[in-house]
Amino acid sequence: MAQVTMRVWRGDANGGDFERYTVEQNEGEVVLDVIHRIQATEAPDLACRWNCKAGKCGSCAAEINGKPRLMCMTRLDQLPEGEVTVTPMRTFPIIRDLVTDVSFNFQMAAKVPALLPPPMPAEGYRMYQEDVERSQEFRKCIECFMCQDVCHVIRDHEENKAHYAGPRFFIRYAELEMHPLDTNDRRDLIREDMGLGYCNITKCCTEVCPEHIKITDNAIIPLKERVVDAHYDPVAWLGRKIRRRTKRSASDAAVQPAP
Amino acid sequence: MTYEHHDYDVLIIGAGGAGLRAAIEVQQRGLRVAVITKSLLGKAHTVMAEGGMAAAMGNVYPEDNWQVHFRDTMRGGKYLNNYRMAELHAKEAPERVQELEQWGALFDRTKDGKISQRDFGGHRYARLAHVGDRTGLELIRTLQQKVVSMGTDVFMEHKVLTLIHDSEGRVAGCVAYQRPTGEFVTFAAKAVVLATGGAGRSWKFTSNSWEGTGDGHAMALWAGAELIDMECIQFHPTGMVWPLSVRGLLVTEGVRGDGGVLRNSEGQRFMFNYVADMFRAETADSEEEADKWYDDHSAGRRPPELLPRDEVARAINTEVKAGRGSPHGGVYLDIGSRRSAEFIRRRLPSMYHQFMELAGVDITKESMEIGPTCHYIMGGVKVDADTAATSVPGLFAAGEVAGGMHGANRLGGNSLSDLIVFGRRAGMGAADFVEGYQGSPRLDEAAVNAAVEESLAPFEREEGENPYDIQRDLQEMMQANVGIIRTRSELEYAISELDSFTERVKNIKVKGGRAYNPGWNLATDLPAMISVSKCVARGAVLREESRGGHTREDFPQASAEFATFNFAHSSPAKRWDGEIVTERSALLEMPGELKALLEEGH
Ligand SMILES: Cc1cc2nc3c(=O)[nH]c(=O)nc-3n(C[C@H](O)[C@H](O)[C@H](O)COP(=O)(O)OP(=O)(O)OC[C@H]3O[C@@H](n4cnc5c(N)ncnc54)[C@H](O)[C@@H]3O)c2cc1C
Ligand code: SF4
Ligand code: SF4
Ligand code: FES
Repeated sequence: MAQVTMRVWRGDANGGDFERYTVEQNEGEVVLDVIHRIQATEAPDLACRWNCKAGKCGSCAAEINGKPRLMCMTRLDQLPEGEVTVTPMRTFPIIRDLVTDVSFNFQMAAKVPALLPPPMPAEGYRMYQEDVERSQEFRKCIECFMCQDVCHVIRDHEENKAHYAGPRFFIRYAELEMHPLDTNDRRDLIREDMGLGYCNITKCCTEVCPEHIKITDNAIIPLKERVVDAHYDPVAWLGRKIRRRTKRSASDAAVQPAP
Repeated sequence: MTYEHHDYDVLIIGAGGAGLRAAIEVQQRGLRVAVITKSLLGKAHTVMAEGGMAAAMGNVYPEDNWQVHFRDTMRGGKYLNNYRMAELHAKEAPERVQELEQWGALFDRTKDGKISQRDFGGHRYARLAHVGDRTGLELIRTLQQKVVSMGTDVFMEHKVLTLIHDSEGRVAGCVAYQRPTGEFVTFAAKAVVLATGGAGRSWKFTSNSWEGTGDGHAMALWAGAELIDMECIQFHPTGMVWPLSVRGLLVTEGVRGDGGVLRNSEGQRFMFNYVADMFRAETADSEEEADKWYDDHSAGRRPPELLPRDEVARAINTEVKAGRGSPHGGVYLDIGSRRSAEFIRRRLPSMYHQFMELAGVDITKESMEIGPTCHYIMGGVKVDADTAATSVPGLFAAGEVAGGMHGANRLGGNSLSDLIVFGRRAGMGAADFVEGYQGSPRLDEAAVNAAVEESLAPFEREEGENPYDIQRDLQEMMQANVGIIRTRSELEYAISELDSFTERVKNIKVKGGRAYNPGWNLATDLPAMISVSKCVARGAVLREESRGGHTREDFPQASAEFATFNFAHSSPAKRWDGEIVTERSALLEMPGELKALLEEGH
């Protein structure tokens, strides 16, 4: 029976160290399978998050050999031979072992002004596939927060978290801004409070996204053109988005509850 | 002892589609509401739903309407359903789906800009609103974002251990523990909505996550409510079978809805041999006829691959037993030879990636190897259809934890719509209850302390069993004896085994501390898993017939006698290790005009 040696970070906010576990490895297994095997045998208190085991929920993000990956989608037979190192995501405070405190993301989510659509006609809204597709790409996000983890603006700069939403929320803003029904205007907010200007388009976020969302090209760059550039050209922006409605001001945006 | 404590009007346990939809309703009524979830927000089972959500909007087939949806649901459920739930569901689902678009959902569209609808098993018309094959993600994200924008309190990674009553026997709240710290928390509330999802984790091959341990089913039982139809378990026909590491993982029915067919090792499209009399009139009898249907439902009758799930799962089981299975004990699901690669990647993107990355199979070229997997529990807490109220004052239930809506077998896509229809109704029911509430809820302190002590006992023992060993043995036992095809001797064996599992659970030893300790968490799950498994096995041995998600080898036919009642389980001792009492509970009498809908020949 094939075996694999896992080097897993164990500890909590007060510190910790690597532990080595040598366990059985079967054909086709992913990192999460062997983490589960360690739990079921040697270390029942080894903490990790997971839910779907199919790359759909975004719970199981960790750093595998130093790179953010979903543990449930990383096959052992596709990693280089030898020990496999698993550590928690570095950008977030440690709770225990592979589990981090990702509440930063939920705080950012709470700041997003909701979609503000026009009243719904009795027979429902009409929208066309080509109009919804751009926002649909961003709605594929499974909130694994690996893009947040890898973004250098906050990875080693705790102080920036106060005024930087991060790539996951840039796509959320882009999604709303490109949503065919939205009438909110979040430009001032995105520029002044969400720190879009700090992003210098390194594309690290796009590289790690398990949903292959083109975070930089399709969200951040268009968003920057719209809110950061001094010479914002509304006609060019409108041209990008078919059949869109006029936006209200950002201050309305913040107070208007969605229906 | 005193613990961190919170007071609310309504407590919602569960942050899947049902819980979040209920929270929106309660919050809109201006009441104080909190949502509690074992995971982070947005990670509940609902996020994994793939194919779509059923609603007779008539966007693709204008002939569709609530009457046809009602009929399909009742037929799919083999008439064991609470008819009133099926009726409300069919009538209200379209409005609930459309409402999601006001909150930001973006469904795939028809050419004329309406919400597109896809075909699924057992639904006469293309009826499932969807977003590719990630519809559950769209649903949960939409509701989650709405809840967050309303400022609703959400307690993430809090596991509720048990419900707590007041001295008058009303539900008064619950006791939970925080996963990150292991500290206990109490919640007092005038009404509690259970929206805890399913229980598939007690089987070895399942599409369910670690959360699906039936906590809400069990807590309702322990609180004095009744569970019905627990023997009705849906084994989804298409789970992955290889590699072993992904065995059980779901392959959406959308693959078949979009043209995929099932073949055995001889290459035969075997489903034509398994069309039950009940479905013969509406099912194609040749491949040519079936293939015409996909483009135009009036050009031919429906392909047999799209029969309800119980029929398809049994057929696959029979083929494998007859020696016509695939190398790893499944059969083949083929869409690659029938649709273009471009079509498959657009309609089924996550299936494409799932097979590519986890099995190394390119589904645009090769067949998938699939077999049945434990997927959904039709059984659940007995509720009043209109208000989602249980028999315990102040306790409501909605979503997969509630019973009755789907009868003996659920149609694909009817769960997501169930969540939003009855999530909303549970919210309304709870809010109405709170508005008529006298006094303020008081937790029975002794009960709180007892629950805390019981959960900590595994730390105290000098020696004992690893909870993971018990879980593994339980899953193997249930898979082997209370699986798709059942028989008296095996069920009786299971029932006696469950008593020994009860004793084993009392002897668990947990290692490590309380903070984020998965072993301890599992130890607190096992009592619920055992209670639920007992109800399933008891219902299964008593129902001496085959119906929907309950198939007896020794009673292969449906029986008219058993068509008139559910088995209802209760726990007089209100404890997980107490005795369970099972009684017959008559089905609601259906009004004449609805009966007529079922009898209409089509
Ligand atoms: C892979 C897969 C695909 C599916 N595809 C479809 C589909 O295409 N169409 C369809 O209609 N249905 C589908 N289903 C079924 C459907 O997704 C589920 O039935 C439905 O999502 C259940 O929703 P829910 O709101 O009842 O509960 P869930 O979404 O399961 O949520 C349960 C919630 O309760 C919480 N909880 C549970 N116990 C406790 C506790 N003790 N303390 C605190 N919180 C607790 C959990 O943390 C979670 O937040 C699918 C299911 C699976 C597994
Ligand atoms: S492109 Fe911008 S958001 Fe993405 S990782 Fe780089 S700096 Fe961060
Ligand atoms: S954008 Fe991609 S990487 Fe970022 S959270 Fe979403 S899915 Fe994860
Ligand atoms: S467990 Fe859901 S993405 Fe890995």
